[in-house]
Amino acid sequence: MKHNRDGTSTTDGQSAEWVLRLYIAGQTPKSLAAVSNLHQICEQHLAGQYDIEVIDLLEKPQLAEGDKIVAIPTLVRMLPLPIRKIIGDLSDTEKTLVGLQLKPKAS
Amino acid sequence: MGETVPNGLPKCPTGISGFDEMTGGGLPRGRPTLLAGSAGSGKTLFALEFVLHGIERFDEPGVFVSFEETPEELTANMASLGHDLEGLQREKHLSVLYIALEAHELIESGDYDLDGIFLRLGAAIDATGARRIGLDAVENLFSAFSDLRILRAEFHRLMAWLKARGITAVVTTERGTDSLTRHGLEEYIADCVIALDNRIENQLATRRLRIVKYRGSAHDSDECPFVLNRHGFSVIPISSSGLDYQASTERVSFGIETLDDMLGGGIYRGSSALVSGTAGTGKSSLAVQMVDAACRRGERCLYVALEESPVQIERNMASVGFDLAQWRRAGLLHFHATRPTSCGLEAHLATLVALVREVRPQFVVIDPITAYSTRGYEERVKLMLIRAVDLFKSMGITSVFTALTYGGNAEESTSVSISSVVDVWLLVRNLESAGERTRGLYVCKARGAAHSNQVREFQLSSEGLRLVDVMLDDAGQILTGSARRLHQTLKEDESTARDLADQRRRAAIENRRLVLEARIAAMRAEFEDELRALEAEIEGEDSRLRAANRKFLNLANLRNQVGRGDS
Repeated sequence: MKHNRDGTSTTDGQSAEWVLRLYIAGQTPKSLAAVSNLHQICEQHLAGQYDIEVIDLLEKPQLAEGDKIVAIPTLVRMLPLPIRKIIGDLSDTEKTLVGLQLKPKAS
Repeated sequence: MGETVPNGLPKCPTGISGFDEMTGGGLPRGRPTLLAGSAGSGKTLFALEFVLHGIERFDEPGVFVSFEETPEELTANMASLGHDLEGLQREKHLSVLYIALEAHELIESGDYDLDGIFLRLGAAIDATGARRIGLDAVENLFSAFSDLRILRAEFHRLMAWLKARGITAVVTTERGTDSLTRHGLEEYIADCVIALDNRIENQLATRRLRIVKYRGSAHDSDECPFVLNRHGFSVIPISSSGLDYQASTERVSFGIETLDDMLGGGIYRGSSALVSGTAGTGKSSLAVQMVDAACRRGERCLYVALEESPVQIERNMASVGFDLAQWRRAGLLHFHATRPTSCGLEAHLATLVALVREVRPQFVVIDPITAYSTRGYEERVKLMLIRAVDLFKSMGITSVFTALTYGGNAEESTSVSISSVVDVWLLVRNLESAGERTRGLYVCKARGAAHSNQVREFQLSSEGLRLVDVMLDDAGQILTGSARRLHQTLKEDESTARDLADQRRRAAIENRRLVLEARIAAMRAEFEDELRALEAEIEGEDSRLRAANRKFLNLANLRNQVGRGDS
């Protein structure tokens, strides 16, 4: 999949252990919240080993098909495999961490 | 393409056989329609055909959104029905969106919306210029997400969004257990709601469609059967033809004069006849007789055979003098042989509709109509018959149905329930007497025709069919077959004997006459003898008298001479 990265990479080298892709649609409150929540979580738990790519589907609607995006915002964990999807503005940190498998599922 | 009904509600034709008739033009244009149905009830096909017909027949591009089946599956399924999904997509008339929802993989964290779907759908609509949309299996959307509050709001927004774009949509969903839909979607789609049903009755699947609601439009509210076959989705509206068909005054001959005479000159064109009777009474032969007569007139015939193969029918009918193969080769006779158990009643009916549309016959035989049902389910046969009769009548096709009845007293009563549907009812009955079975034909009913009340003996031979006036014996019993021949012989013998007696009597009288005449001759001879004797006697006496006179005169003379001279 070819698309430009929007420069939020925080790894120095080419091979980030964590590759995360966040799909948003315009600068909506939900989208903005998702971007900021994601950065916060990554800084806290994955400092130095992640690469975030934010895709605005209003600009590139054709990219929605690729990752089969239904809900907005959608966070896709591209790496490490397997691919995982988390939807929502990521305001529930607990669920986001479980979704990213940074924390075992409670209960 | 907006067919406007008198009240101004524009309609969007689905192109689905029977459905547009049922709704007076199709679905509400520019609005979403909800299609709720159980698994395997044909929801996907309906939605897909709605979109594809739009492209193929009404020049309206479309988008199909599948929440369940993959585009590959859809392409393969529709190819068997003659639709080229890939070709239509290449030509940009169609866009197929597959929205996969991996429920177990989705983790929800905070607020979200379904803009992803809106964006993808919007792109597809823009790419094709779509006027129609099919959204298939939307219940998957609801089960994929746990926040139903968001889902409901988003679904509502989606419907409003489509409406705002003036797109006619068909939204399909699974039926709920005790509500129409599992997620109460009927709350969001208020204009038109259709329910599909797939029930198993008598071990046969029967599909039915019902218009639950259609705001601002008159519609058929009955449950209408429908079928999914090689012609696609077709609904069989129960009352599509109604009772407003034309009534012809032209008579169609049976090709047997005596039978035509029984019905006052044959049956009316476009009417329907039922030939009922127990097994082996010659019902099929009678139907074939009509087919043969129709083919001779150059009419196209459709023979729906439910118990025998065409080859077998041709062979058997050749034995009673019918050459059906010639009509088949001439393209006048079309056979359709099928096992009634091969599919449901509705599927048969739809096949029939398709066949009639294809063959365009003037004459149809269904042999036997009772094969559509097992014993005890006359209602089903009646329903089938009503629809078939309506179908044929609406098209001016003359039809004949054979009906197998069971022996005993129920023989006629079993047919009574279905006979009210037809115009002419012929009953072929076994007449058993003196250890022999023969056939009697009755005209039980003939609408609009003076018909014979008499029973005729119905004979089958290698020369064909023949109807003979029945013979009654001295006690008024019907005599047929060899009893009839015996009766005839006896009657002949009787008359011969009478003739002989007459002859003898005549001879005796002749003798008496001769004797009498001889006696008269003898008596006359005797009389003449007497007469002659009498005459002779009279003659003798005369001459004596004359002699005496002469003697007296002589004496006198002598006396005179003496006295004058020498005394």
